[in-house]
Amino acid sequence: MELLKKYPKLFQWLFLLAVFFALCFAIDVPETYKFIRGQAEFVKDPNQSAFVFLGKEVRYYAFDVFWRLPPLLGWLPIWINDSLFFLMNDWMPMEFWNEDTQEYKTRPLVLQITRNLTAFMTFLIELIREILLGGLETIVAFTSWDWIDANPWAELPGLPWTIVAAGSAILAYKLGGKGLALYALLSMTYISIFGQWKPSMQTLSFILVAAPLSFIFGLGLGVAAYKSKRVEKALYPILLVMQTMPQYAVLVPALVLFGVGDHAAVIITMIVAVPPMILLTLLGLRAVPPEVIEAGRMSGCSNWQLMSKVLIPTARRDILIGVNQVIMVCFSMAVISAFIGAKGLGFNLLLALNQLNIGLALEAGLCISLIAILLDKMSLAWANKQVDYFGNLNFFQRNKNSLFFGVIVIVGILLAYFGSIYFKDGYNYLFEVPHNKGISTADFWNKGVDWIFDTFFVYIKAFNTWLIVDVLQPMRALYLRMPAIATLVLVVGAGYLIGGVRSASVVCGLTLFIAFSPWWDRALVTTYMATFGVLVSCTIGFTVGTLCFQNKHSTNFMLNVCDIFQTFPSFVYLIPVMMLFGITDTSVLIAVIVYATIPATRYTIEGLRSVPAGLHDAATMSGVTKFQRLFKIEFPLAFPHMMLGLNQTIVFALFMVIIGAFIGTEDLGQYILKALSDKKGAGIGLTLGICVAFIGLIFDNLIRTWVGQRKKHLGID
Amino acid sequence: MSEPVIKCQSVYKIFGANAESMLKEANGNVDAKTFQENGCIVGVNNASFEVSKGEMLVVMGLSGSGKSTLLRCISRLTDATGGKIFIEGQDLLNLNNKELIDLRRNKMGMVFQSFALLPHKTVLENIAFPLQIKGIKTEDSINKAMDMVKLVGLDGRENYFPRELSGGQQQRVGIARSLAVEPDIWFLDEPFSALDPLIRKEMQDEFLRLQEKLQKTIMFITHDFDEALKLADRIAIMKDGIIEQLDTPANIVLNPATEYVRKFTEEVPREKVLLIKDVMDEITSDNMGDIKVSKDEIIENVAEKILTQEKTVAVTDGKNNIVGSINPAKIINTVFGGRKNNH
Repeated sequence: MELLKKYPKLFQWLFLLAVFFALCFAIDVPETYKFIRGQAEFVKDPNQSAFVFLGKEVRYYAFDVFWRLPPLLGWLPIWINDSLFFLMNDWMPMEFWNEDTQEYKTRPLVLQITRNLTAFMTFLIELIREILLGGLETIVAFTSWDWIDANPWAELPGLPWTIVAAGSAILAYKLGGKGLALYALLSMTYISIFGQWKPSMQTLSFILVAAPLSFIFGLGLGVAAYKSKRVEKALYPILLVMQTMPQYAVLVPALVLFGVGDHAAVIITMIVAVPPMILLTLLGLRAVPPEVIEAGRMSGCSNWQLMSKVLIPTARRDILIGVNQVIMVCFSMAVISAFIGAKGLGFNLLLALNQLNIGLALEAGLCISLIAILLDKMSLAWANKQVDYFGNLNFFQRNKNSLFFGVIVIVGILLAYFGSIYFKDGYNYLFEVPHNKGISTADFWNKGVDWIFDTFFVYIKAFNTWLIVDVLQPMRALYLRMPAIATLVLVVGAGYLIGGVRSASVVCGLTLFIAFSPWWDRALVTTYMATFGVLVSCTIGFTVGTLCFQNKHSTNFMLNVCDIFQTFPSFVYLIPVMMLFGITDTSVLIAVIVYATIPATRYTIEGLRSVPAGLHDAATMSGVTKFQRLFKIEFPLAFPHMMLGLNQTIVFALFMVIIGAFIGTEDLGQYILKALSDKKGAGIGLTLGICVAFIGLIFDNLIRTWVGQRKKHLGID
Repeated sequence: MSEPVIKCQSVYKIFGANAESMLKEANGNVDAKTFQENGCIVGVNNASFEVSKGEMLVVMGLSGSGKSTLLRCISRLTDATGGKIFIEGQDLLNLNNKELIDLRRNKMGMVFQSFALLPHKTVLENIAFPLQIKGIKTEDSINKAMDMVKLVGLDGRENYFPRELSGGQQQRVGIARSLAVEPDIWFLDEPFSALDPLIRKEMQDEFLRLQEKLQKTIMFITHDFDEALKLADRIAIMKDGIIEQLDTPANIVLNPATEYVRKFTEEVPREKVLLIKDVMDEITSDNMGDIKVSKDEIIENVAEKILTQEKTVAVTDGKNNIVGSINPAKIINTVFGGRKNNH
């Protein structure tokens, strides 16, 4: 009884677990239970039950409600799909003037809008692409094909790679100094020499369109949310879901609305990249000290002046960090949107992975990573750069960088001109190194992979088999063995114990959505893979983080490593694991583990570092040993922050599990991938995406609530 | 007497969802406790006072006393829940947004505790900011700002950024910025509280020098009673949103109105605060010696002169007319007597 009074929470948790296991054992697996079931399978079977809702027939295998809830939401994907179809094809037909055929044509409004939007995006992308690579489309957009035929000289020539490389180095120098400039120059030269110039510039042009547009929309919406509580309230749930929504899942509905190609990819990228921009804008504006705002008001600022001259400049750093985030999201989308036909490095990567040509994939992946790191470092340097006073400099000093760039342009053009005379075999290497003429290392890597396979095949195979048979399969079986009602009790109970009725009801709603969808079993598989990944990642991350924290240099080193790894688009992680483990669940899980270990490590280090120095001194003066200090002082205080790391780890793991569908898994991600190639996939893809997002949000809600309380308890911020 | 520059009539500021309706129900009888039970917090409770031209009113109170809230009501950074505020006869609470911006651009300047400088602008640009907001040409505004830089003694640092300045220097920028539009009314919200004691004293002296030159109408907020005594023409002491006493420094020290005010005055070295005129007696027929003291002297400065006399000393005004008298016993009584006698 005394124990119970001392640790009431502990006993509540034990009681919850007892109920959970009791339910698990009390409810038997129905004899007819098969893993695959539900509307999603599109199999018609006389054993299926059916119901009709909103005019949609949903067929499913009925089980005891305690075992699996019926897919009451099965109509939702079909309904979303039909509504989209209706919007696109039948709703509000109107007369529109058609430029090409010179006559009015009847088209549904939404179709017309989306087509105009995509045309505009295409124009922007082509414009930048042709500045970088040369081409006709932009001029055609202003004139016509006939005009081009009549004037064969009219073609954007494109910039020689020397100019782009030197230009990026100058920009890097201006933002981040010599080191960054050198890095820019080297990586651009590498890309050119190794024959990846064209796809790289295609990717870059994609990002140069997507990132600024996302920035503008994000900033605008962020400001709107800052000014109006109502806008913020309306945006909040969308922001929340988008944080945990796998980027994959957005592709499917966008495919229906905007079609296939770069333009659709830009629009999707904006959908994904705008939310973090909004969040950081909001965060930055909120962090402006109230007295600065009052000073602005007392200076007689109108609302517009206050926003443009006081608030935004003061929040500059956070807003530019937002730009950095936007660029990173754009990169990972640049790769993923290759699935819907965006050109560039991502497309090459996807193609190479599909052909299992690891060498080619590695080359493309390396280029993506090089550019990603470059843009990441440049935008960060921009954010951290402080304005300097330049009023006392003369014209040349002030404009030396732009002047230097002007010189570079002239030199580059001259070089390209000489090149056209010197290289007579048709390839002007000083203008652009063609794809197949660059140095390729693909063979080397492929041979390396072959060698690894020949040498270590037995061991890898043995490890693989052991992991799958002895660890993964049993774990999966355990997850699937959980009756739905037991899972629900466990999750809702945890919600109640952590955050009271409010948390419990939120979590309950999220879980019920998944349970009523036709993919509960798939969601369990996703969760099992994520759980496995998270467990391993956290173990590694917490250990590595703690070890590295013991020394200042290793701390900084590790944080830098985390920075760089985080810059890689998630898809890139699949290359090396496929190299080693081929197409198995193991590959996916290892990619998950590598990817998700980053936040675990980072947050551990940051958490430990945030322990106040005064406490360290106080502990040392009390005569603690290193271990005592670690376990009695540092861990308890760093724990809330480390739990936030766990939260991030879960999100990262879920992302990777979904992307892993590309290798071949049996979870929700696989269905999203299927939906991509399905004409009626939009609703399914979206619903699946929401399911994944909700899995993330369940954990997010529980962990955040707990951390909030814990921080209050400890009196941290 | 001419119209007061600032005039407050029973100003209330109450925070909370249904503050206005509750204030109406309370009918001028606001009790902080009842309000708190209903989820409202009383910031300013029935503040009425006037500030006349060229006068410096110091509002003194500890944190949470509502002094900053009061200032923000008068600058309308926050809207008062009830009462009336007049700025040079204009009803502040009835101004529309445009009129309010106009008022701030031309009549008001404000200095903040945390300096509140714009981090992306240089000293000069910060000072020129209110001028540029007003739409004054860049060249003129820069010239004007340069004058201000000289006024606060920052010449040579006009192209520094705030991050490159010390706290005292930053506050000089803040002061210069608030004065750039040549406002009639000057609000200072704990301007020296974030500074080190030595710098604070230096800035106070500097501030007095400026005020002598500029003769602005000032509302000065502080939590430091000594600072209030040093600077003020009149002091308002606030507690829990209520003005406990509003009077000249001497009267507050000599006749504290409430127990709360008395606690502040206990530790005050009176000889450093009070002037001879605050404690002198009527002209008496006693035999006064040849020694005379001016009525505007601080007691400390002339105490020795008076105490070494055995007779009553004559007090003179600026024109050397005798206006009163003072004897050594009175000095001793003022400095050492009459305090802590209740304990």
